[in-house]
Amino acid sequence: MGKKKLMKGNEALAEAMIRAGCDAYFGYPITPQSEVIEYLSREATNRTGMVVLQAESEVAAINMIYGSAACGRRVMTTSSSPGISLMQEGLSYIAAAELPCLVANINRGGPGLGTIQPSQGDYFQATKGGGHGDYHLIVLAPSSVQEMVDYTLLGFELSEKYRCPTMLLADGAIGQMMEKVELYDQMPRKTEFPDWATTGKPKNSDRRIITSLFIQPEKMEQINLGLQRKYREIEKNEVRFQTINTDDAEYIFTGFGLGARICTKAMESGRAKGYKIGVIRPQTLYPFPVDIYSELSKKVKGILDVEMNAGQMVDDVRLAVKGNTRVEFYGRMGGIIPTPDEILENFEKIFLK
Amino acid sequence: MADEDKDFLFSDICVEENLVYRKPGTLTETELHYCPGCGHGVAHKLLMEVVDEMGIQNETIGVAPVGCSVFAYHYLNVDMQEAAHGRACAVATGVKRVQPDKYVFTYQGDGDLAAIGTAETIHAANRGENFLIVFINNGVYGMTSGQMAPTTLPGMITTTSPFGSDTKTQGHPLKISNLVASLPGVAYVTRQSVHKPANVRKAKKAFQKAFEYQKKGLGTCLVEIVSSCPSNWKLTPLESNKFLEDKMIPYYPLGDLKVPEGK
Repeated sequence: MGKKKLMKGNEALAEAMIRAGCDAYFGYPITPQSEVIEYLSREATNRTGMVVLQAESEVAAINMIYGSAACGRRVMTTSSSPGISLMQEGLSYIAAAELPCLVANINRGGPGLGTIQPSQGDYFQATKGGGHGDYHLIVLAPSSVQEMVDYTLLGFELSEKYRCPTMLLADGAIGQMMEKVELYDQMPRKTEFPDWATTGKPKNSDRRIITSLFIQPEKMEQINLGLQRKYREIEKNEVRFQTINTDDAEYIFTGFGLGARICTKAMESGRAKGYKIGVIRPQTLYPFPVDIYSELSKKVKGILDVEMNAGQMVDDVRLAVKGNTRVEFYGRMGGIIPTPDEILENFEKIFLK
Repeated sequence: MADEDKDFLFSDICVEENLVYRKPGTLTETELHYCPGCGHGVAHKLLMEVVDEMGIQNETIGVAPVGCSVFAYHYLNVDMQEAAHGRACAVATGVKRVQPDKYVFTYQGDGDLAAIGTAETIHAANRGENFLIVFINNGVYGMTSGQMAPTTLPGMITTTSPFGSDTKTQGHPLKISNLVASLPGVAYVTRQSVHKPANVRKAKKAFQKAFEYQKKGLGTCLVEIVSSCPSNWKLTPLESNKFLEDKMIPYYPLGDLKVPEGK
């Protein structure tokens, strides 16, 4: 590991991408994540020969990702909410064709053109598929600049292990804020590619076909069953979460990404006032850490879910809790970040009064 | 039995020096699904003959479109990717940028290339992406059974222009090859047909040139094939050839629209 540096989230993400031996980045500028393509344009090609291309649209960018991922390369794109919406068609094709790639959504407030301020309004879109058909992305939720770096490498590895497109769901605040970060050393770019990759038909074996078209329903059902088997494997193997002070907790605060950090601060203030509060922070949003909620739901008096949206992850929390305990929601929308005091105040109002 | 009385044996005739035609190994044994009189079969064959003759089967990656040739990868015996509708040029950009020394082509119809994929086509060409775009223009949406295309001729009857395509409300036929030819990064644009033997020979020559230019890294090449769709034109293959000559080619004249400097 290298020495610690002070870096902006988006730039740390770009640096992490280069160091992870990424072969190509295709993207289109959009606030609040344009620093990613700017940083890569300055740094990447000279250092590793990585391809960096500003596409004509997010639609084109995600299809360039499709083409290059299908050649077995380590590839990534980044965008923010409206741009991610434009990529949904491509992501559905990528999921169906089982191509590995990494996509970061630096979530801003919506719907529509919305605002350039941070939001978590794209949870549903990220975790429930997003485009057409039955599929999932693996979704990682960084809550710090350090995790932007760590999850970039993890995201590449998971996407390649399962041939499943993977998303970093961050938000405008994590993208824009500066924090201390430790970077991994430069990794070499790949020189050998998987045998499914379209690198030119091998002389003594069949050509490779990358497609999501299976016109016979029986075949299409088999493809779907295969995808579902893969998702069950991912759900079994790749759940990641963090718990803080849950051992003696009577109440749980939960949230993801930036929301989880604010929850943690609110928990600390609550503890100072004598409330036994713990925190559950899912690090993977898909697969969702169902078991930890289920387990703790039998021990606590209530769960407060805090998000920067109208209440999206709370649906998954309620499904996991299965009515074992009271689950309430507090959120702000439109680019507003709730304060720890505000969360604690609402906790007292909802659960203690 | 004296030698002169012996019947000709099949194995005596089928020897290399008597060979006049062989299906190239770059085409699979799969039977084509295209309708009688459709140009796709000939275009597939010419493209793959060139790949075969240049010995680049193991270095070529093709991108199939959405449209009648969506299953092109069933027939073209090279590594293939199936793109989303209209996105072939973006997909090919991804393929070529990470494998600049491989040969890359897209194979697209008029709806794919000139309607839903216009942005991807124009911008790939404007970046001078060093691959071949094969463009089959038959003025109609074949796969979805006969709707209007961006290249449908004025007055032409389709299922979505049942009274004849009206330029006042439905637009003019788009000469996208001319648009592409106007871009500086583009090396070679030509419009050909495959409805007569002489045209077939010229079309093959065009594919050969396009791959040669790609090898030299000259930039985007586009070969348009003005083609027939008897099924959706509601004509016989022969009538379709006449329609092609009388109506299509006068609007889409054959020949080179752009050639590399000094060629």
